[in-house]
Amino acid sequence: MNQDKSPSAADPIVCLEKVNKFFGDLHVLKDIDLKVSPGEVVVIVGASGSGKSTLIRCINGLEEFQQGHIEVDGNELLPHGKAGQALQKIRTEVGMVFQQFNLFPHLSVLDNVSLAPMKVRGWSRADAIETAERLLERVGISDQAAKHPGQLSGGQQQRVALARALAMEPRLMLFDEPTSALDPEMIGEVLDAMRELAREGMTMMIVTHEMGFAREVADRVIFIHQGEIAEEGPPEEVLDRPRNKPTQQFLSRVLKH
Amino acid sequence: MDVTFQFDWQAAFASIPFLLEGIPYTLLISFGGLAIGFLIGILFGLLRISPFAWLRIPAVAYIEIFRGTPVLVQVLFIFYGLPQLLGGPINALVAGIAAIAVNSGAYISEIVRGGVQSIERGQREAGLSLGLSRRQTFRYIIWPQALRRMIPALGNQGIISIKDTSLFSVIGVGELVRQGQVYIATTFNALEVYLMVALLYLAITLSLSFALRQLERRGLVGQ
Repeated sequence: MNQDKSPSAADPIVCLEKVNKFFGDLHVLKDIDLKVSPGEVVVIVGASGSGKSTLIRCINGLEEFQQGHIEVDGNELLPHGKAGQALQKIRTEVGMVFQQFNLFPHLSVLDNVSLAPMKVRGWSRADAIETAERLLERVGISDQAAKHPGQLSGGQQQRVALARALAMEPRLMLFDEPTSALDPEMIGEVLDAMRELAREGMTMMIVTHEMGFAREVADRVIFIHQGEIAEEGPPEEVLDRPRNKPTQQFLSRVLKH
Repeated sequence: MDVTFQFDWQAAFASIPFLLEGIPYTLLISFGGLAIGFLIGILFGLLRISPFAWLRIPAVAYIEIFRGTPVLVQVLFIFYGLPQLLGGPINALVAGIAAIAVNSGAYISEIVRGGVQSIERGQREAGLSLGLSRRQTFRYIIWPQALRRMIPALGNQGIISIKDTSLFSVIGVGELVRQGQVYIATTFNALEVYLMVALLYLAITLSLSFALRQLERRGLVGQ
């Protein structure tokens, strides 16, 4: 996929070039080159601490990087957080779902979802509420709209978080281990909602340990090892016939249990 | 033991109307000072956690100075000291309010800092990731949550400051203690009158505790 230089290929919506990031002396991301096409679902796997979360957090500027360059939908991020207006633009166009949901506990479910469209996009309250209700219905929690996040189960909270991100009508969705904090019986409902989103053609970058899900929805799987892209390709290649040692070791560990 | 002293209930009750005249001053100094102190606390509490040292250092200096010196010394300095600088007298009521303001402001700065810093990092990240500006994230996400967590500590500070105003009898403001002293000077019922003074303070602080508990209870819904 990343060798595909033909002009007929759609312009990438995300483009990382030689991105390097350090936490002090620790080299967290090493020369990351990555392009994601519109509509593509990219699943990023790797051991904890390999840099996979850091990678997607660089894309919406929650982490700064020190070298290289990132372009998201024509907006350019530069090293050391020098972006200004571009960063704001990117965050408006890129949604994110977090491992810990990060819903706003002081706001109702409906207000969680309608806040950003009103404050960032300048929608009227009526429009924002209407969209919020439609999205909550879509993720199957319209009957909980008046409740506060603390009154919902983890699975419900994560689906609200998904609706909240979608309310901004993002062009790209980032998922940072969206099911890792969930009880096992709630993982399915969140994956279902994500599966449906993928089917509708959303561009998605997903950090996850759910290999079955990766195999099913991913157009491309990227395996990150010690801050580098160690292997990438279609899921059946990377997950079933991994070529290099770290990938094989990682997969044998996660698939065993 | 020769117990001849009788608690004179009549004298105690008789002092109440005179003591009540001090209550408006006590309340005005307390709540006027606290209101200004709250604004100071928000400002300096936020400066205190600024990423810029040139904003942080003055805030730290202010907090340490006004937290580390007695409020009695502060009010004496304002009432007797500052006029020498300014060349004119300062109204005792104004001096009292100012002393409570700068003193409680220092403590409230720390309460604000602690409240804001207690909000999980993920809240800020979620706000920013939705495209909210840093200012919007603070205003709609961080601050409302921080404020709720600050209520118990703010209540504490309110009660402390109300009691601190009792020291301001030294600058002659006709607040509760001052009224008591004046009354005792003519009737010599120290036991009865100071007991009444104490009960009136208790009435004020208990009302505040009660009001804050209601506020907290309402604030907790949905957390």
